[in-house]
Amino acid sequence: MSYHSVVCVKQVPDTANVTADAMREDGTVNRAALPTIFNPEDLHALEMALTVRDRYGGTVTAISMGPPMAADVLRDCVYRGADRAILLTDRRAAASDTLATSYILSRAIRTLGQYDFVFCGRQAIDGDTAQVGPQTAEKLGIPQVTYLEEFIELKDRTARIRRNVGNGWEVVEVQLPVLISVLDTAAEPRPPAAKRVMKYKHARARAELEAAVKAGLPDATNGERDSEIERRAEPLRARGLMLDQWDLDDIRADLAWCGLAGSPTKVHRVQAIVLTKEGYTEIPPTEEGVRRLIRELVVDHTLG
Amino acid sequence: MIEPNRNGEVWVFAEQEDGSPHDVALELCGKARQLADRLGVKVGAILAGWKVQELSRQLISQGTDNVYLVEDRQLEHYLTQPYARVLCTLIEKHKPQIVIFGATPLGRDLAPRVASAMRCGLTADCTDLDIADVNDPAAKTTHKNLLLQIRPAFGGNIIATIINPERWPQMATVREGVMPLGTPDMLRQGEVVQEKVEFQKQDFAVKLIQRHREQRQVNLKAARTIVAGGGGVGNKDNFKLIHELAGAVGGAVGASRAAVDGGFIDKDHQVGQTGTTVRPALYVACGISGAIQHRAGMEESAKIVAVNTDPEAPIFSGAHYGIVGDLNQVIPMMIKALKERPKE
Repeated sequence: MSYHSVVCVKQVPDTANVTADAMREDGTVNRAALPTIFNPEDLHALEMALTVRDRYGGTVTAISMGPPMAADVLRDCVYRGADRAILLTDRRAAASDTLATSYILSRAIRTLGQYDFVFCGRQAIDGDTAQVGPQTAEKLGIPQVTYLEEFIELKDRTARIRRNVGNGWEVVEVQLPVLISVLDTAAEPRPPAAKRVMKYKHARARAELEAAVKAGLPDATNGERDSEIERRAEPLRARGLMLDQWDLDDIRADLAWCGLAGSPTKVHRVQAIVLTKEGYTEIPPTEEGVRRLIRELVVDHTLG
Repeated sequence: MIEPNRNGEVWVFAEQEDGSPHDVALELCGKARQLADRLGVKVGAILAGWKVQELSRQLISQGTDNVYLVEDRQLEHYLTQPYARVLCTLIEKHKPQIVIFGATPLGRDLAPRVASAMRCGLTADCTDLDIADVNDPAAKTTHKNLLLQIRPAFGGNIIATIINPERWPQMATVREGVMPLGTPDMLRQGEVVQEKVEFQKQDFAVKLIQRHREQRQVNLKAARTIVAGGGGVGNKDNFKLIHELAGAVGGAVGASRAAVDGGFIDKDHQVGQTGTTVRPALYVACGISGAIQHRAGMEESAKIVAVNTDPEAPIFSGAHYGIVGDLNQVIPMMIKALKERPKE
């Protein structure tokens, strides 16, 4: 028996360390000014898929939807043990909200054919919505188990899982196939394996070659660029170092459900957080200062 | 997806567990009441479970007009798909214009499943909701009375307002504790509408085998005063100072993520985006730098006192009182001043 797992991973800006440089005057975020990282909980999802493969046999396929540079996180997946990586990139997918994103991911997963598990992190740190997992499960017509903390066992195509529900935990059983979202309190992700890093560090997706050629040969014709891309791709392909790349046509996606058109939610307004200094009183760190503070808090009934 | 229905009700998913309503469900009834009054429509609450009819009273007392009650033994404990079936069936039948859920682990498991099945929009973890007309310059139209779904985004660094102009119902999950809980009006009248939902075999693909609930040791949301410590406290031993100050002021102990990650205190005490959102009368932040994720969980506090050695710490910019100093000296001074304080 072997089990095929798909892991959905996302490259995200490191929102935990947003500096003033990354904010534009109008309050929007300049994503380009932020370093990108592997979405933390997706690493735990990958670890869970690898654990299942190690224990029960099978394969792990990582999928990332994003711009060409998202291939970074796919290489990372391969370094850590994924058998296959697919970059899902298409300009027509830009501005997809969670519903459109889950539709596109579900098309890609269906295109893979047979699968037993879909793993994803609970949520991505750039949106914090935690919606894409459940929505993808619904689009695939399969059950979802969110907030996995421990994969207990797999027997007769039934997985037993402990999930953390905030005010406690539950053990559930579910028949495969299933989509599982993973918490960052689940097993620690394994590090990249040095041997695999050496082997796959030159792996590239076609979109990356295109971007590099476009930057390197700004004046070349399309034909010249294409042959240069092909020239670079050829040896990579021969060594098994071309990452798979799909666009919306490859997954036979209905464009009405993708990108802006497929997104029911619209961003109406964005504001930077403005901190107000209004009514601020500095208290000196002295006995007298602190006594005055407490007195003020008693007088205005903040303290009883 | 349903067509925009201007006469549709404003709905709340009445999350309950073991027959007790979740606080956020009651908070949302009050918010739904405000929204519905702006729109001139009724408030509906979806109450699903087993032997839960009694909760209808509470929902009505907080502003609900119609409680849609679905009682079924199979709904005794929450499972995603049967509950999603309930929501989808009733949404298609009654065509509400707005459906809101608490942004609890349960609500955030359920709402996206429903939104995907309905092919409508969903905004996660809102901190405010409002009604307004929205101009769409591209289409040269004005959308009347849309639900503005307001939420922090990008790790809390920006506030985004999201709308869902066409594919209804307009759905959102709302963070716990951000909408004030109204005073119940036990004389308020409402109607309980019995509903029947047909399930399918595949709705029960997930089986609940074992269930464990922990009584929350700390109730930060109910605390009038919170004394919170951060990474600046230094170590677990030193965190005793925070407990002592909380004891002196009769408040609860809170913590920043740095303090929780540092092992100074249990995660139950964490305030912030990934912890609890609080709005006490007084919040004393000691040795907390004030990362945006922390401030998102406490900036609604009526009075904020910050103690930090670093005068540039962001916590000061949101505070009402700031003490630039070493908490190891300042906290004992505060305890002393509290003991000697004049009584009102």
